[in-house]
Amino acid sequence: MIIIITNTNLNTGTETSARADKRAFDELRNLKIEAGVLERADGSAYLEMGGNKVLAAVYGPRELFVRRLMQPNRAVLRCKYNMAPFSVDDRKRPGPDRRSVEISKITSDALSPAVFLEKFPRSTIDVYIEVLEAEGGTRCAGITAASVALADAGIPMRDMVVACAAGKSDGNVVLDLSEVEDKEGEADLPIAMMPRTGEITLLQMDGDLTEEEFQQALDLAIGGCKKINEEQKKAIKNRYGE
Amino acid sequence: MVHIVPEIIKESVTNLVKNGERTDGRAFDEYREISLETGIIEKAEGSARVKIGKTQIVIGTKPQIGTPFGDTPNVGVLMTNTELLPMAAPNFESGPPDENSVELSRVTDRCIREGKVVDLEKLCIVEGEKVWMVFLDLHVIDYDGNLMDAAVLGSVAALMNTKIPTTKIENDEIVLDYENMMPLPINEKALMCTFAKIDGELIIDPSLEEEEIMGARLSIGMTEDGNICAMQKGGAQPLDREKILKVVSIAKMKTAELRTHLP
Repeated sequence: MIIIITNTNLNTGTETSARADKRAFDELRNLKIEAGVLERADGSAYLEMGGNKVLAAVYGPRELFVRRLMQPNRAVLRCKYNMAPFSVDDRKRPGPDRRSVEISKITSDALSPAVFLEKFPRSTIDVYIEVLEAEGGTRCAGITAASVALADAGIPMRDMVVACAAGKSDGNVVLDLSEVEDKEGEADLPIAMMPRTGEITLLQMDGDLTEEEFQQALDLAIGGCKKINEEQKKAIKNRYGE
Repeated sequence: MVHIVPEIIKESVTNLVKNGERTDGRAFDEYREISLETGIIEKAEGSARVKIGKTQIVIGTKPQIGTPFGDTPNVGVLMTNTELLPMAAPNFESGPPDENSVELSRVTDRCIREGKVVDLEKLCIVEGEKVWMVFLDLHVIDYDGNLMDAAVLGSVAALMNTKIPTTKIENDEIVLDYENMMPLPINEKALMCTFAKIDGELIIDPSLEEEEIMGARLSIGMTEDGNICAMQKGGAQPLDREKILKVVSIAKMKTAELRTHLP
């Protein structure tokens, strides 16, 4: 019988600083957004946030071949969230799993309110999100990148949806959880919003928060979204000018 | 989804080839611009991003310890998988790999395996029990023609970039030493060259426009010493003997040229 053991120390390092990566409680990870990175797609965006590397592409509005999904008075917005097999430590088997199906659905729900779907009856707008490397918070990174790709595709929108998570790690309410904080933390609260109106279009939570902590986390996440939204706008301006 | 190519495009591309020209002004034996970066995904043990023209593939490797196949108990395993992502082209659909995706995986695998790019025997840990299984995953993110050459070039680069922990056997236990990583045993850099047949001519590195109207396609995999290690013909039109021999000799020069892009 052969047992496989490893001799590495997976040092999470939370003992030296309040946060593993020495960020302040309300500090985002490094963020980089670029619009228009793909040739074939109608719109695209690449986003790096901490160790996350996410690519989003948009096709449409285009003809919808699946008749049963067709809406006579508006377009449907279909999202596909997918993780590359090499994006995580242990290879992920290709193809959809329950997690990616759920994230695809909530991404579609998060983006739909911002898009003027009623302008394109009987058609579809397809959003594809590919996670090339994952380091906690990929659903938020995906939504943020997808909005930039939608704008890059020239799809009329009320606002650019932006997403960010807050949560509780090591007893503290913190913004933008890293992979370690997400796995070992007490709570995770990803939200998406339309920053112009402040309307929240995605809200999930898992873990344990008191009412006060929830309010704190929600306010942190909203603040984070506003900062990320500035970067989204910059990415579009860099591509198309002021 | 059926993709329709307008007759007028077909005619104009064919007429250009008749006059010895191509839509993007290249010569018949000229590649588009190639760029290659490695080590772009930290969580993958090896990775590469390759661009030929606007075609773009991200490749990652994931080595795992597994059981060898019964007929090759002392040989490691290489598994190649391709995803033609729906983001890469409007006519690519999500779902299980279709025949184009499977063909691309298999031809890439064949070129790397038969070209003996990785010394798989050195990936044996305990004969008959444990070997390294290297998963090679190709993520096609932008499709602008000639996926085969990009796939093989990027795969070889990703394999060259791959590091695995050294293994020791202590009291019947395999100990993985992540402090001492070693590169995969690479002993060859086999690469592939693809030609498209348009109006009887065989032209290298077909762009999307050219691929859409080509009658046939021939991919040739070659090792560093110019031996052929893999071939694949695609498309419904036949090829004649002289043309095949001619492009084999062109492929020899062109795979050597492609090899200069490897780190």
